[in-house]
Amino acid sequence: MVKLTSPDQLVSYREKLQAARKQDKPCVAICGGTGCRANRGLEVARTFRNILKKKLLGEKVDVRITGCHGFCERGPLVVLLPGGTLYVSVTPDDVEEIVTASIEGDSIVERLTYQMPGTKKRVSRELDIPFYANQQRLVLAKSGKIDPTSIDDYIVVGGYASLAEAITAMEPDEIIRWVEKSGLRGRGGAGFPTGRKWRACRQARGYPKYVLCNGDEGDPGAFMDRSIMEGNPHSVLEGMAIGAYAIGADQGYIYVRHEYPLAVENLRIAIDQAQEYGLLGDNILGSDFSFNIRISRGAGAFVCGESTALMASIEGFSGEPRAKHIHTSEKGIFGKPTTLNNVETWANVPVIIDKGWQWFAGIGSENSKGTKVFSLVGKVKNTGLVEVPMGTTLRHVIYDIGGGVADNRKFKAVQTGGPSGGCLPADELDLPVDFERLTEAGSMMGSGGMIVMDDRTCMVEVARYFTKFLTKESCGKCTACREGLLRMDELLEKITCGRGCAEDVELLEEVGVYVQTNSMCGLGKTAANPTLSTLKYFKDEYISHVVERRCPAGVCKELTTFRIDGAKCRACGKCIKSCPVEAITGEKKVAHIISQDRCIKCGACREVCPFDAVVAP
Amino acid sequence: MGKVLTIIDGKEIEVERDRWALDVAREMGISIPTLCHHPALQPYGACRLCVVEVTKGKGNWLAASCDLPIREGLSIRTNTPEVIKSRKMAIELLWARAPEAECIRKLARELGVEKPRFNLRDDLGKCILCGLCVRVCNELIGVSALSFTMRGDERKVRTPFDRASDSCIGCNACVAVCPTGHVVSVDRDAVRYLETWKTKLDMVRCEVCGRAYMSVKEFEYIRAKLGEQTFLEKVCPICRRLQTASRLEGVATNKENIECAVNWHPAHKVGSST
Repeated sequence: MVKLTSPDQLVSYREKLQAARKQDKPCVAICGGTGCRANRGLEVARTFRNILKKKLLGEKVDVRITGCHGFCERGPLVVLLPGGTLYVSVTPDDVEEIVTASIEGDSIVERLTYQMPGTKKRVSRELDIPFYANQQRLVLAKSGKIDPTSIDDYIVVGGYASLAEAITAMEPDEIIRWVEKSGLRGRGGAGFPTGRKWRACRQARGYPKYVLCNGDEGDPGAFMDRSIMEGNPHSVLEGMAIGAYAIGADQGYIYVRHEYPLAVENLRIAIDQAQEYGLLGDNILGSDFSFNIRISRGAGAFVCGESTALMASIEGFSGEPRAKHIHTSEKGIFGKPTTLNNVETWANVPVIIDKGWQWFAGIGSENSKGTKVFSLVGKVKNTGLVEVPMGTTLRHVIYDIGGGVADNRKFKAVQTGGPSGGCLPADELDLPVDFERLTEAGSMMGSGGMIVMDDRTCMVEVARYFTKFLTKESCGKCTACREGLLRMDELLEKITCGRGCAEDVELLEEVGVYVQTNSMCGLGKTAANPTLSTLKYFKDEYISHVVERRCPAGVCKELTTFRIDGAKCRACGKCIKSCPVEAITGEKKVAHIISQDRCIKCGACREVCPFDAVVAP
Repeated sequence: MGKVLTIIDGKEIEVERDRWALDVAREMGISIPTLCHHPALQPYGACRLCVVEVTKGKGNWLAASCDLPIREGLSIRTNTPEVIKSRKMAIELLWARAPEAECIRKLARELGVEKPRFNLRDDLGKCILCGLCVRVCNELIGVSALSFTMRGDERKVRTPFDRASDSCIGCNACVAVCPTGHVVSVDRDAVRYLETWKTKLDMVRCEVCGRAYMSVKEFEYIRAKLGEQTFLEKVCPICRRLQTASRLEGVATNKENIECAVNWHPAHKVGSST
């Protein structure tokens, strides 16, 4: 039973752990992130344990299920430490070979290493792979090396040193000044200066004060916060504790969306362990500072990511926002001064205390400091979790890290910021990822979702998708958001079903602007972004839908006709096999034909045709 | 708290800090339409009819004036083109939602909206989700028989599980505050039917004239509020006024006038057999 009652004890405990763990002891680090788990990652881990045991290597080699490594496209990911060899797409059947070749022996299993596109060269070291080499992983640095359910793993790599430093060697005011000067801004989407928020809360009158963590992550396709909560929960706890000390709070809540049970479990384990070790709870590290954290689970409402709705939810009320004329730093949860920050924001705090505010402020652009974690998804080759300095261009993220558009198709747009964000076209690819620049362009940073779209994506359909999502997630309190979004959804439905006219497009824009300027809360205020940004950059697509009655991307069924281009068709028969309704006919050496009577516009033939002969003219 | 200087429609005025902009503007004689506002209830900010243009420093935005606290440096304009456009859209959307609500159509015409450009709904009655019924029941009466349920388009005011309410005391406050007449109540044969809430309550009969005038539960609720010791007469408002008038010297009592003065809310139908 470890109980650390002074910073010196933490230091000696860490040193003891480091000595006990031989630095060069082999360790198989298997990614326990969302994607890899779904792809039999845990089975891979079990197989490693079984085979190593069988070979009497169980004591000599550690098997560790870690947090998310990030390269989700190529999971399950296995990294052999300390060397850093990365194996991708590992199946349980591959394990025996890896153990024999790389653990017992000294060689690399070439077929399981990453292969460079183009040159086809094999790369075996994790950090040599472009996907990783082009990132700067600060918040995610430790996730791939530690077992999130082990506090010792976190301590060994330096965890809780920042907390110890903060509460024993720094004054609360000094900590706030560091955070202010670092330039850290909220990572949840709004980008509010974190230091300013903390200062306002510290100055507010009221007791007790609270620090809250927003783990509601509701954007479809976003899993940044999930990966941090699941993969490195202690980094969040440490950040919150430092914040609580700076503000003068002694109670904290982490609001986790209901759909993240693993995050809840790993946070719970982490809280229990931290309390046991004296790093949370009463008299942390023997000081006067006490701080307790509780977990509050959501219940399936996107709107509960909004700060005032989140607080209402923790209080036991329905998640309904209120007008924020009185800031929550003055009167927040239970009417008390509250500091609410996003998961990623909290995870940055120990990094700032550890490396100093100057170091942090040296990363990023003029007004957006530090790094940002993005979930790069959609029609991109390397989907996964990436972390880059602010100011990095979209092009760099999508092409140098992401490897470019999947199937080498044409880039059409990138959506940033989830349902609150907008779509940016190819002309904007050199835009730096920066709070102001993205907002000026009509999108927003948001919480970090980045969805890549190709020429087979219909931008009107994208607007409809996000608008429909928001109509269902709106709390429904104010006329602007509730009624406005509903009518926007109706109009988009009309347009994508081929019943729209030019006036509908005009009305859609008018309502969109209304919703944006008249809604009460952040959800409503940003809800029109997907529609307004696609109207701005892809107006011609809307016009096609209502004037030509044609969907250029070939997505909206009522406005799409698939035909086979006789010049390109090689009569290979793949399309015939793929058609679920047998609408295609053709023999060898004769160009195939689609029967329009039978065709249900599913697009399967277009997907499988190796010659791009299926067109939607 | 302290007084602050603010500018409303170009006029500089000193007001107590944190007073609601709507109240201050109305006191200045400025006309601002509202639907979900009630002087006896906390501001809610749902209908968005009362929006005004706010300027503070370099910032400029629209806000609902009913829950906008006046602070130092705030400048407000209540009838800019942006404001007028917003109010028109708000009422247009509400019209399309509740086309049967006459007061919405009337307000729409006043604001210059001829016809809604959206499909008219016919499944929501006259409810505009202003929340006045919920708020009066929770804040003022304290019985909390009503609540908002679900969210977004499915948001609806209901009693728990959409069933007859055990908590409702039949005071008809919800009927009185509903701006569109969506909430209705009928008294018939000494039973009060809160039709909108599927709730019925037995009524107390006046010991003087015999008409049923209040629900038993409301009677008991008032008695409980005043204290068990209080002797509460079972006398209806009309007879009570007649009684009071008869105790005053030199006052001629006119029964018809008194009956008219005790005006029942138009949405509260009093059947002839009471």
